[in-house]
Amino acid sequence: MTWNAASVARLFAIALVGGILQLTTISQVAIFGVPADLSPLLVAAVGLLCGSIAGASFGFGLGLFMDTLLAQTLGLNSLVLLTAGYAAGRLRELRDPAHALVPVAVGAAATGVAVIGFSVLQFLLGVDAPVSLLLVRQTLMTIVLNTLLAMPVYLACRRVLAPYLPDDPRRRRRRAYTTGGLSPLSRA
Amino acid sequence: MYDRQVRRRRAILLALVVCCLVLLTAYFGESSGGPLKSVQTGTMEVVAPVQEGANRALKPVRDLFGWFGDTFDAKDERDKLEAERDRLRAEVARLQVAANENAELRDIVDYARSSGLDAYEPRTARVYSRSPSSWYQTIEINKGSSDGLAVNQPVINGKGLVGKVKAVSDGNAVVMLLSDSEFGVSALAAASGQPGSILPVAGSPGDLLFDLVPEAKEVRTGDTIVTAGTISARLPSPFPQGIPIGRVKRIEGEGELDRTIHVAPFADLRDLDFVQVLTEPTADLRAATP
Repeated sequence: MTWNAASVARLFAIALVGGILQLTTISQVAIFGVPADLSPLLVAAVGLLCGSIAGASFGFGLGLFMDTLLAQTLGLNSLVLLTAGYAAGRLRELRDPAHALVPVAVGAAATGVAVIGFSVLQFLLGVDAPVSLLLVRQTLMTIVLNTLLAMPVYLACRRVLAPYLPDDPRRRRRRAYTTGGLSPLSRA
Repeated sequence: MYDRQVRRRRAILLALVVCCLVLLTAYFGESSGGPLKSVQTGTMEVVAPVQEGANRALKPVRDLFGWFGDTFDAKDERDKLEAERDRLRAEVARLQVAANENAELRDIVDYARSSGLDAYEPRTARVYSRSPSSWYQTIEINKGSSDGLAVNQPVINGKGLVGKVKAVSDGNAVVMLLSDSEFGVSALAAASGQPGSILPVAGSPGDLLFDLVPEAKEVRTGDTIVTAGTISARLPSPFPQGIPIGRVKRIEGEGELDRTIHVAPFADLRDLDFVQVLTEPTADLRAATP
């Protein structure tokens, strides 16, 4: 990714719009009894597109933003989301996956990490209220719902960040193939 | 170069994690008016107008999704309400049947008590089967010889005479209705005291004939017809005297010989749920004509 003021501003804009959209709209629409959670999807998308450092930083910032607006314990969402963003970014850096459904899988995984991690942290910090087994169902439903939303969120983020991104892995490989880099004909 | 990148990456990650832990620790450690909470409150106040504006602007989107959700919820609720409605409908039907049965049984008991038919040892029985034939107007009841029932015992309900026992087994009996083509009972007009016989009109269960009346002109429309009981010791009647049969509904013919007296039975023979069998019909009659 090309780092400059404009690209950072776009990341800020994604965080701001995504966070406010989450709080004002998405959180208030329950599908299958639970609302979707855009935060891990945004973090996963940024991590996949921009790398581990960008993903972790974006996760930290978005988590802090959400914690602040929701008057939650500061640092909780940040810790969880920076983990998800960093992991998504490392996946891109290490594997450079080209399959079209990678954003969906990464979105689902990031949601799982975020939701379960947040719950674990809450338990570690000591929850006074009794915890129902319905929490498991809600966690699963949130993951399912976010899996459905992962691809549109990823595409939206890629569109916003496109001018500052390197070539898409598939396009890069296709170009390498047609120009002889990976062509079997070049071996002859 | 690579090591530098790795170190840089790890340093940033470590810094972010440390930031988080510091924030967590500081947030837990500080009082309600602490600096972090003040910053949090201040940020919330700053962002609140943006949130409020976005909330208003995005209301149609939310309503759209809410409409879908409400539609699903409404369908779910509709299904639940339909199930509840069906259950309540079945309950209402059951209660209506119970109420009707209760009223019918009350009529029977009241009638037997008020008309002195208790002396005839009435046995209440439930009708569980009806003959589909127009010619054989019979019903089956759930009392039999073990309950004291015998052939030719009169059968009544809360309105009047229904018929007589045609056949009996241990636990049930067949009752021949007034409208059966083989039925006949000696009767008399309560007002004038004219004797006669009640005969059925085949194919018309709501119509009986009061026939063989010596002075038919004495009988008027609206007269009540009751059982005559035993008139002659040589020919004892299985029916006690004074059981209401029906009311004269019309009289056809002007002459004495061609006069036909039509009687509408008091008992609704097409709607019988409970009946009473008089198991001691020869006991002293103290019944009063209604």
